[in-house]
Amino acid sequence: MPPKSFEVKPKLDESGASIGELLEISMGPHHPSTHGVFRMDVVLDGEKVVKLKPVCGYLHRNHEKIGENISYLASMPYTDRLDYFCSMTNNWAYALTIEKLAGLAVPERAEYIRVIMAELTRLQNHTSLIGFFVHDMGALGTPLMYAFREREKILDLFEEVSGARMMCNYMRFGGVRVDVNDEWIARTKQLVANYGRFLDEFETFLNQNEILLARTQGVSPLTKEQAVNASLTGPLLRAAGVNYDVRKVDKYGIYSRFDFKVPLGEHGDLYDRYMMRVLEMRESIKILNQALRDIPAGPVMDPKAKLRGFRPKPGEVYGRIESPKGELGFYIISDGGPNPYRYRVRPPSFINITILEDMCLGHRVADVIVILGSVDIVLGEVDRCQPI
Amino acid sequence: MVSWVPDKKLETLEQIKLRIESALPLTKLDILPNECPAGERSLVVDAGRGLAVAKFLRDDAQLKLDYCSNVTGIDWPEAKIKTKVKKKMLVEGVEKEVEEIVETLRSGHLEVVYHLYSMELKHGPIVLRMRTANRTDQTHLPSLTPVWRGAEFQEREIYDLYGVIFDGHPDLRRILMWDEFVGFPMRRDYVEPDDFEYEPTPHDEVLVEAKKHYPVEAKAEVKPEVKA
Amino acid sequence: MLGEQIIKGMAVTARNFFGSYVSKERLTTVQYPEEHLAQKENTRQFPFLVYDGDDWEKGLRCVACQICEKECPPKCIYIVKSKDKKPDYKGQPQIYPATVDIDISVCMSCQICVEVCPFESIKMDTKFELSTDDRFGGLLLTKDKLAKPNSYYQQMHPHDAAESDAVIAAEKAKAEAKAKAAAEAKIKADAEAKAKAAAAAAAPIAAPVPTTPPPTAK
Repeated sequence: MPPKSFEVKPKLDESGASIGELLEISMGPHHPSTHGVFRMDVVLDGEKVVKLKPVCGYLHRNHEKIGENISYLASMPYTDRLDYFCSMTNNWAYALTIEKLAGLAVPERAEYIRVIMAELTRLQNHTSLIGFFVHDMGALGTPLMYAFREREKILDLFEEVSGARMMCNYMRFGGVRVDVNDEWIARTKQLVANYGRFLDEFETFLNQNEILLARTQGVSPLTKEQAVNASLTGPLLRAAGVNYDVRKVDKYGIYSRFDFKVPLGEHGDLYDRYMMRVLEMRESIKILNQALRDIPAGPVMDPKAKLRGFRPKPGEVYGRIESPKGELGFYIISDGGPNPYRYRVRPPSFINITILEDMCLGHRVADVIVILGSVDIVLGEVDRCQPI
Repeated sequence: MVSWVPDKKLETLEQIKLRIESALPLTKLDILPNECPAGERSLVVDAGRGLAVAKFLRDDAQLKLDYCSNVTGIDWPEAKIKTKVKKKMLVEGVEKEVEEIVETLRSGHLEVVYHLYSMELKHGPIVLRMRTANRTDQTHLPSLTPVWRGAEFQEREIYDLYGVIFDGHPDLRRILMWDEFVGFPMRRDYVEPDDFEYEPTPHDEVLVEAKKHYPVEAKAEVKPEVKA
Repeated sequence: MLGEQIIKGMAVTARNFFGSYVSKERLTTVQYPEEHLAQKENTRQFPFLVYDGDDWEKGLRCVACQICEKECPPKCIYIVKSKDKKPDYKGQPQIYPATVDIDISVCMSCQICVEVCPFESIKMDTKFELSTDDRFGGLLLTKDKLAKPNSYYQQMHPHDAAESDAVIAAEKAKAEAKAKAAAEAKIKADAEAKAKAAAAAAAPIAAPVPTTPPPTAK
C-alpha cells in the first residue's frame, strides 16, 4: 500500500473557475495541543484538512550518537528521557536488550518488581493521556487534574523506591537497582485497590458523556490493513482490531504467568482509542493484583552482572517490549568494546505518527488536535532528545 | 531465568533463503552470522533485488511478514578487520592446529537493517539487510516504503542521519535535522562543528573550542583550567 | 435523555469539589513555599562528598580515582589528582583530590557516580532549592561546597548510611588486621634477623603502621 500523494491545488468549480483558496497554516511548534514542540503543516479547504505534514526534530539531540559514545551503563539514565512519562518501561526495554546480548539472567523477585513497575507506569500514562485527550477536546483542566492527582500517587511510589518521580533510572542489566520493602508493597496494594474506584468514577465522568461521544465516535477510523501496514503499535493498533500485544506475543519477562486479556476495538476511531486505554488500565490492575500477591522473596540482581567495565561479547540484538505507547525496541550492535557500536531506539511515538496525515485527511481542523492527542506522542521520544 | 526465548519456531533462515531464491530467479542472498547466541542472523539482499524480496516476504503465505517493526542504518567505514583463523600446519613434522590472525580490508559501506515480524501469524523477526556500494557517491538503495508504509519516517531518518538515498521514497526530506543542515551526523567520521553546544563548564574541551567563537564571553565568565 | 450523562459528570465534579473540603484523598495539593511535602528517604538531587571527623579537608573519603568522572553520563564531574599523599581513613598514604568540581547545571541526578564509587565517598543530597542568579559560578560546586559530614548523610539517608558505614568499618577492620599481621611479621622477622645476626638488610619491608588512628566513621 503506497502512501497517498497529495497535491495542493486551488479549489475549482466544474467549469474550472477558482472558487476559493486553500489555506496553508502551521500548527505549532508552540501550540499547547501539540504536546511539546511539534509542528504540523496543514493545508485547509475551509475547515477541512486536505494535506498535513508533521514536522519534528525541534528537540533532537541525537540520543543514538550519544549512546554510541558512552558506556552501556551510562545510557540507562538517558533512556529515562526518551519517553519521560514512562521511564520505567524505557529502562526495562534497554535492560532486556542488554540482557539478551550478554546472556544475563534476572532473579525472580526482580522480574516481579519489573512487571509491577511497568504496569504502574501503564496506569499513570494512560490516566494522564485520557486527561490530555479530553483537554485537547476542550474539557480544560478538570479531568486532567483528576488524572494528575492519581498519577502523582503512583509517582510517589516510584520516588520512594528509585529516588526520582519521573527519571527513575531504576533497572540495571540483570535486575533492579534497589529492592522494595514490604511496606511499599502494602501501600502499592492499597493504591491498586483504590485505583479501581477512581476508574469507576472517571468512567462515569467521561465514558458516556454526550460531548465526548459526538467528538470521538466515527472520527478518524482506521482499518486493520492500514494500521498494520503503517507499523502502528500499542493501543492505536488494537483499537483498529488487530490482536497484537508484545506482552502476549513475546511473553518477555514473566508475562506468561499472568492472566490478562488484550482489549480490542472494532472501528479504530477516536472513541475506540479512548476505550482501549480505559480497558487496558483495568487489565493492568488485574496484572498488578496477581504480581503483588505472588511476589517472592530473594535477591534482585544477577550476581554475574557488573556495573563498571561492562563489555558484552560482539554481536547484535533487537529487544522489544510493550510500552504504554506501543512497541519500544532497542537495537544494539556490540563490537566487544565498552561502548555499543550501534545504539538504536525504535520509538513508538515517532513511528505511530507516520500515518497521522491519513488519520486527519477529510476531518475538521479541530479534530486534528484530538487525533494527535489520541496518538499519545511524547516529543522526547519522537525527537530522541536528551534533556538534562 | 532466561526471559527472551520466543516460543514460536519459524522455518530456518536457510529454508527461507532457498525458497526466495527458487521463487525469485537471479536473486542471491547471503546469511550473515550473528555472534550473539540470543540474537538473530540476518539475510543480506542485493540492493537491486531488495524490493522484490521484500514483496515476497510480505505476501508469502507461510511468512506473511506484514509488519516492519524497525528500520535502522549502520555506518561501516573502511577498516582493517582482524580475524582469528584456525589453520592446520606442519610444525616440526607434526600436524598441529595453529591460530593465525588474518587481516582483511573491509570496504566502507552503509547498511540498512529491517526487522520484520508477522502480526497475523505472530512470528519473527526476520532481519533483512541491504548495503550500499560505498559511502560517498553510490549510496542509493531501493525504498521499501511502498511495501511497508511504516518504514516511511524511519527511512527519512536514515537519509537524514546517514545519507542513504532511498529510490522510490515518496517524500525523502530531512526529518530530525533542519533542511539547511549539511552533513550526516550519525556517520562515524562526522565531526561536530565546535560551536554547536556552547556549554560553559570549566573543564570541557568544548569550552576550549568555543572560546574561539565567543572570546570575550568565555574569558569573562570562566577561569580556564588546565587538566593535570 | 440528551444531557443526562453530562449531568452525571457534573455530579462527579461536584463530589470532587465538595469532597476536597473534607477528604485528604481529594485535595492533595500543598501550598509549596510555605509548606513542604515530607521527603522520601531515597530522594536524590545532586551529589556531595562525604567526610569523616571534623575537618573536611582531612577527612574527605574521596581518593581521586576518577571513576565517577569517567562514568558520569553528562560529564559534569571534574577531578584533579593531588601531587602529594596524605593518610586516608585506613591510615594509608593516599592521593587526595586537589580539585573536585561538579557542575550541577549539567548534572542530571542519575546517581551513577554513587553506584560506581568503590570508596563510599560520593552520595546524593536531597536539597533542591538551589536557584541562584549566578548561572556559572553559583551552580559550579567546588570541593569546599561539596564536602558534607557523615553525620549529615546519616541523618538524611539513615538506611543507606548504615550500609555504607558497615562497608567502611569492614574495610578498616581488614586494613587494621593486615597492618597488625604485617607488624607482627616484622617483629618476627626482626627477631629472626637478630638471631641470625647476619643479613639484617634482608628483613622484609612491611606496610607502614598508622601512628595516629584516624577519626572513626561513627
